[in-house]
Amino acid sequence: MRHIISVLMENEPGALSRVVGLFSQRNYNIDSLTVAPTEDQSLSRLTVTTSGDDARIEQITKHLNKIIDVVKLVDLTEGAHIERELMLIKVKAAGAQRAEVKRSVDIFRGQIVDVTSNVFTIQLTGTGDKLDAFITALGDNVVLEVARSGVSGISRGEKTLAL
Amino acid sequence: MDQLSGGEMLIRALHDEGVDIVFGYPGGAVLHIYDAIFNQDKVEHILVRHEQAATHAADGYARSTGKPGVVLVTSGPGATNAVTGIATAYMDSIPMIVISGQVESRMIGTDGFQETDMVGISRPIVKHSFMVQEVKDIPHIIKKAFHIATTGRPGPVVIDIPKDATDPKQKEKYEYPKDLKLRSYAVPDKGHTGQIKKAVDALLLAKRPMIYSGGGAIQDNASEQLINFTQKLGFPITNTLMGLGAYPASNKQFLGMLGMHGTYEANMAMHHCDVLLCVGARFDDRVTNSDTSKFCPDATILHIDIDPASISKTVTADVPIVGAVAAVLEEMNDQIDKSDKEVDKQALKVWWDQIGKWREKDSLKVRPSENGIIMPQEVVKAVFEITEGDAYVSSDVGQHQMFAAQYYGFDKPRRWINSGGLGTMGFGFPAAMGVQFAFPEAVSVCITGEGSFLMNQQEFATCMQYQLPIKIICLNNQALGMVKQWQDMQYGGRYSHSTYAESLPDFSKLAEAYGHVGIKIEKSDELYPKLEEAFALKDKLVFVDVQVDPNEHVYPMAVKGGAMKDMFLSKTERT
Ligand SMILES: Cc1ncc(C[n+]2csc(CCOP(=O)(O)OP(=O)(O)O)c2C)c(N)n1
Ligand SMILES: [Mg+2]
Repeated sequence: MRHIISVLMENEPGALSRVVGLFSQRNYNIDSLTVAPTEDQSLSRLTVTTSGDDARIEQITKHLNKIIDVVKLVDLTEGAHIERELMLIKVKAAGAQRAEVKRSVDIFRGQIVDVTSNVFTIQLTGTGDKLDAFITALGDNVVLEVARSGVSGISRGEKTLAL
Repeated sequence: MDQLSGGEMLIRALHDEGVDIVFGYPGGAVLHIYDAIFNQDKVEHILVRHEQAATHAADGYARSTGKPGVVLVTSGPGATNAVTGIATAYMDSIPMIVISGQVESRMIGTDGFQETDMVGISRPIVKHSFMVQEVKDIPHIIKKAFHIATTGRPGPVVIDIPKDATDPKQKEKYEYPKDLKLRSYAVPDKGHTGQIKKAVDALLLAKRPMIYSGGGAIQDNASEQLINFTQKLGFPITNTLMGLGAYPASNKQFLGMLGMHGTYEANMAMHHCDVLLCVGARFDDRVTNSDTSKFCPDATILHIDIDPASISKTVTADVPIVGAVAAVLEEMNDQIDKSDKEVDKQALKVWWDQIGKWREKDSLKVRPSENGIIMPQEVVKAVFEITEGDAYVSSDVGQHQMFAAQYYGFDKPRRWINSGGLGTMGFGFPAAMGVQFAFPEAVSVCITGEGSFLMNQQEFATCMQYQLPIKIICLNNQALGMVKQWQDMQYGGRYSHSTYAESLPDFSKLAEAYGHVGIKIEKSDELYPKLEEAFALKDKLVFVDVQVDPNEHVYPMAVKGGAMKDMFLSKTERT
C-alpha cells in the first residue's frame, strides 16, 4: 500500500542525505520526495511517498525515527489528510490545438502561466492521480515537458505535526 | 576561561569526557591536533601501524571495558582505512568515537590532496556524524558525540574536522558543556510495565520455556540481572556469539551457544520451546537460519530490546518490550516475586529431561586425533585450562573463531572480544591490543587463524613499541578453513582460492623479526608443555603457531534453509 510519511528534521547539513540514504541502504523505495524549510527556521519538513506492507512501513518509520536529525514524523495515510502535488507542464498548442488544450486546462482547473505562439505552460495542483489524469486527457504527442513537485501533505482537522 | 585552539580543545574535551587513551595515526590534516597531543600528558596516544588496527584496538578497548573507544586518523586514506573498523563496531553496536581530519574548509569540494567525503562514506555505518564548521562548536560536538555513541543502542560516531578548525593561530574560549539538549534523541530506559507483565505471565505459563540472550545483555551490563532471573525461574538459557559470558558457561542451566554452529541441545531447545524470551539479541540470520518461517514454530516470542527497530524486524514479536535490558529484567524479577502464578515445575522437569537427552548427544565431542595430529578444538581447550578460563579472548573470523566460541567457556561478560555482525578477519590481533591497554595485568589472548592474522600482522610493531605481552594462538590449518569447509560441503570439494600452504610465512620467525617470541607446535604431545611455556612468558608477546588438522570441520552446522533443529553433526551425521 502507498504511504505518505511527513518528517520534521533538524535543518542541518547532511540531514537530508541521511534520510535518503536510509531508503537506498535498506532497499525501501521512494516514489516521491519533497523537502523545504518550515515556519521554524531550525526545522525542515520532508515528505516521502513510499509503499510496502504494514511490517515494512513499520520498519521504515522506526528507522526514520532512529536518525538523530529526525525530530518527529507522521504517517499521513493513517488518518484523514490532504495531499497535493504541483505540476508545471509544457504542451504543444498551435492552431486548432490551442482551444482544445485550453478546455482541458479549465476542466482540471489549471492555469496557463506562460504562452508562446506554439506552446502553453500550464500549472496544475492536485493529487497525484489528478495530475496523471490530466496528462492522459491531453492525449499523445502533446506533452513537451513535465516538472512535478512530488507529494506534499498535511493531516485534516486539528492534528498537527509540530514540536 | 581558557583560550584554546581547535586542536587543543579537542584533546581537552576528550580529557573532560574521561578519555585517557586514543588510538591513531598522523597525517597532514591532523598535524595541528598531533601538536596539541604533544603538548599535554593527560590523554595518551597510541601509534598503531594501520588505521584499521586503530579502530579495532579502540573497539577491543570498548568491548572489554564498556567505555567508548577513541580513534584519530587523517583525511583521505587515513579515513578510508578506518572504514572497516567503523562498520565492525556499527554491526555490533560498540561505542566508538572516530575523529577524522579533513582538508581545509575552503578546499572542500575541490578534490584537494587527500580529500574524501568521510561523512558521506561512513554515513550508512555510523550512529551519527558531525562535520565541524566552527572552532567554537568543538566542545559541544564532542559532548554530543559521546552522549550519542554511548547511550541507547551504542554505536560509532564520526567527527570530521577540517584542518583550519584546529589551527593553533585561532584561539577561542573553552568551556566544556555540562548539560546537553538533543530534542530529537531520546533514550528508552525502563520497559512498559504492562508489556512486562504480559511477558511474565507468558513465562509463568510456559511448559517449555527458553531464554536466548545476546550482545544487548553485555552492552547494558545486565549479567547480574540475567543470572538472577534465569536462576529464579530455573529455565534453560543459551547465548548468541555476541552474548557469550553474559550467563556463565559453567552453570548447568546454560545450553551453550546457539545458531549456525551452536550446540545440538541449544538449537533443539530453541526449535521446540513454547515460550521464547529474547534478551537483547536481534534474530540474526546466523541464529534463526535463513528461512524465518521455520523458526521456533510453537513459540510465543517475547523480545526485550533497547532499539525499537530491532523488534519484529526479521521475526515478529508477540510481546515486544522496548527498554534497557538490565532495567527490564529487574522489573521482571520483581513482578515474578509478586505474581500469584508460579513456574509449572512439573512441566519444567519434563522439559529438562528432554534437554538432558539432547545433551547426551555430546555435540561438541572432539574426534580423537590420529598420528599426533593436533585437533584445533583441543588447542582451545588447552588454552582454557592453562588460563583457568579467566583470560580475555579475542578472535578473528573462520573455523578458529567458532572453535574458540564453542570450547572456551566464558563465565564472565566482556571477556569474549569478537566481530560477530560484520565478521571482520583481521579484527582479533588489534582488538587484543585494545584489551591489553585497558587491562595491562590481564591475560589477553588472541585465538586466530593464519589467514586472518595476515590481515593485520603489521601490529607486531605496535606491540613491540608498547611492550604488549599478548598471547597469539594461531590455529594454523594452512587454509582459509571456513571457506574450504563450505567448499567441501557445497561445492564438491573444489578449493577455489582457499589454500596457500606453500606460501605461508614461518610465523615464529616473523614474530622474532619484530623482537617477539615465536613458538611452533606440531605434535599433540607438545601441545600442553609448549602452551604452558608460552603463557609463562608473562611480559612477552608470544606467537604460538599451532599446526592443526587441516581437514577438520566445525560442527554442529546448520543445514541451509532448514529450521534450527536441522543440523549436520559431523561429516557423516545429520539430524
Ligand atoms: C575481511 C574478510 N574477508 C573475507 C572474509 C571471508 N572469510 C570468512 S572465514 C575466512 C577464512 C579465514 O581463514 P583463517 O583466518 O585461516 O581461519 P580458519 O577458518 O582457517 O580457521 C574467510 C576468507 C571475511 N570474513 N573477512
Ligand atoms: Mg586457516
